[in-house]
Amino acid sequence: MKTKKGLMDFLSENTFIHILFSIILGFVVGAAFLAVMGLSVGAAYGKLIDSVTSLKGFSYVVVYSVPYIVTGLSVAFSFKTGVFNIGAEGQFVVGSMAAAVVSILLPDLPKPVLIPLCFLTAMAAGALWGSIVAMLKVKWGINEVLSMIMFNWIAFYLSNFIAGIPAIHNTGSAEATKNISENASLKLSKEFIKSAGLATTANWGILVAIAVMLIVWFIIEKTTLGYELKAVGSNRYAAEYGGINVGGSILTALAISGALGGLAGALQLMGMGQRISIFSSQEGFGFAGIVVALIGCSNPFGVFIAGLFYGALIYGGSKLNLVGAPTQLISVIVGTVVFFIAISVIFRYLKYLKKTPKAPAAGSGKEAAKK
Amino acid sequence: MKKLLSIVLALCLALALAAPAMADGTVKIGMVTDVGGINDNSFNQFAWAGLQELAAEDPTFVVNYLESKTDADYQTNINTFIDEEYDLIICVGYMLADATRDAALDNPEQKFAIVDDASNADLENVACLTFAQEQCSYLVGLVAGYMTQSKTVGYVQGMVSDSMNLFGVGFISGVLEACPDAAVLQYNANNFGDIAGGATAAKDMITKGADVIYQAAGGTGIGVLNTCEEEKIWGIGVDADQAAVLGLNYVLCSALKNTGAGCVSIAKAVKAGEFAGGVHHYTLSDGAIDIATTGDHIPAEVLEKVEAAKAAIIAGEMTVPTSVDDCPLFTLDD
Repeated sequence: MKTKKGLMDFLSENTFIHILFSIILGFVVGAAFLAVMGLSVGAAYGKLIDSVTSLKGFSYVVVYSVPYIVTGLSVAFSFKTGVFNIGAEGQFVVGSMAAAVVSILLPDLPKPVLIPLCFLTAMAAGALWGSIVAMLKVKWGINEVLSMIMFNWIAFYLSNFIAGIPAIHNTGSAEATKNISENASLKLSKEFIKSAGLATTANWGILVAIAVMLIVWFIIEKTTLGYELKAVGSNRYAAEYGGINVGGSILTALAISGALGGLAGALQLMGMGQRISIFSSQEGFGFAGIVVALIGCSNPFGVFIAGLFYGALIYGGSKLNLVGAPTQLISVIVGTVVFFIAISVIFRYLKYLKKTPKAPAAGSGKEAAKK
Repeated sequence: MKKLLSIVLALCLALALAAPAMADGTVKIGMVTDVGGINDNSFNQFAWAGLQELAAEDPTFVVNYLESKTDADYQTNINTFIDEEYDLIICVGYMLADATRDAALDNPEQKFAIVDDASNADLENVACLTFAQEQCSYLVGLVAGYMTQSKTVGYVQGMVSDSMNLFGVGFISGVLEACPDAAVLQYNANNFGDIAGGATAAKDMITKGADVIYQAAGGTGIGVLNTCEEEKIWGIGVDADQAAVLGLNYVLCSALKNTGAGCVSIAKAVKAGEFAGGVHHYTLSDGAIDIATTGDHIPAEVLEKVEAAKAAIIAGEMTVPTSVDDCPLFTLDD
């Protein structure tokens, strides 16, 4: 009994240990799946580790991580302020399409002008996408989760529509937009990549991701705005009582979160894809952002590490076929990790109930404040 | 802890030793799918099925595939196979044309093949595998022309491009051969994955009187066939024997295009040291293109005429138009 409580306490109090524990469990469950399927655990995990630890492999991991880090930061930012940005997917899509349109229509602008311009339009598009949902929530109390899921699909079809417009559509046979201008590309030069032995898709998007991480940390921890947003996040009614404009805060939070989602889209486009294909299914960068934010505990630095971890799983996982293991193994691992992280809430709640037997009274106090 | 670690290390070592050493003379063939994935009921799946059969027949072939989840994965996957020193990299679908071109230019010693694309035909290390899709489309067009009661047939295409237009040109030529005064309703879905859009297009055609509908539109086409099944009119399958694959009762016949046959023949060429770049065109004569009649819905007298046309095409006595200019009724390209 005593040891059981000890473990629970340990896990619920130390977030880092808890997450590490969840990740290990994820791999254990993954190994069990492999064993049940009669596949070699050593071969699969060996391939996974092998493919991400060389310089070339690690540079692939870095370029794969960039969109996950930034969508992760987008979702984490919204978590901090008490709203759930499940719409990062849509913001990612409109952001990348906005950047694509700008770079296709203005291909001759010099690099130092075009790249920031693409970033800004992508952020504006994402912010707009987030703000519309925030307006619906603030003005009419429409649940942001529902409207965001719908806005994801609006973004999806809007992107497919824009990709089909003759001025934007690929001139070759590909079902995609034209390639973006060379001047908007974040790719490193081919010669440099070859001489340094990096991934062929190496780009400097990671620097932007690091900058975004620092800015998000600064806004949340060091500014009045961040303080207000966090106050709204921890208790809406108390914040309102304290004189904070709650509606305005939600609007700002979702606009910033949306801008980050849009920026992630631009980074993926300008660093990796160079064009946007006509989607037949959602690519899932925004949804992956939710996972990354969860694993990173919504802490900007944690999200950065979690994004790298997720990128490593996706890149390493893509090679699992080569040793005869299914790539879906990665989904099993990630799903298990998220499951165990999510149940930490239950651990904490159980402990909370135990320690504060008068918990219901606190709840009714909150109700009273509402009235 | 130390003990556990040593056991783990010992296991790793054992596994490493147990891995079979590559015998000399193995030919490693890597296949990169487009975003449709390996189970797309279409060219990715057939290409992989063909390669698997090849590896089963001849163990000197080692075959593997990598799936692309997004457009940005093509380059990464191609480079994975380059790093693993595969002898031939088969890229499935014209969506990979640009990524293949980049990789082929950067790695002139590496052999590539690409399915359904001729834009890389100028590169010596890229074999472009193209298929005479107008021939099988022509044969199913004949069937549609003979079977239609309302003299109205429908055609749904996934996208307008030179390669995709061949399906329409062949089909319409076949319909007109069998039924010169037939009307052909045409729709470009501009999407290969829009099942709901395919269903809507088919419903629209059915209300306008179509009683046979052909589709060359991937997942969008599945929507077309499902609607045909619901409305109890004839649908025509494409790429695979879709009556068998989808288990539908109202699939009249299917225009077969077996990408696997092309992949297998280029893989064998690599092994024999006879790999050549440029366009490799597969037709009815190779068996890579054919018509499937699962379900026996086609009356014997129609089947006879189809067989006669097939024989004539193989013998070179007749040719199916390959240009939209030869088929004025085809309007999707306007």
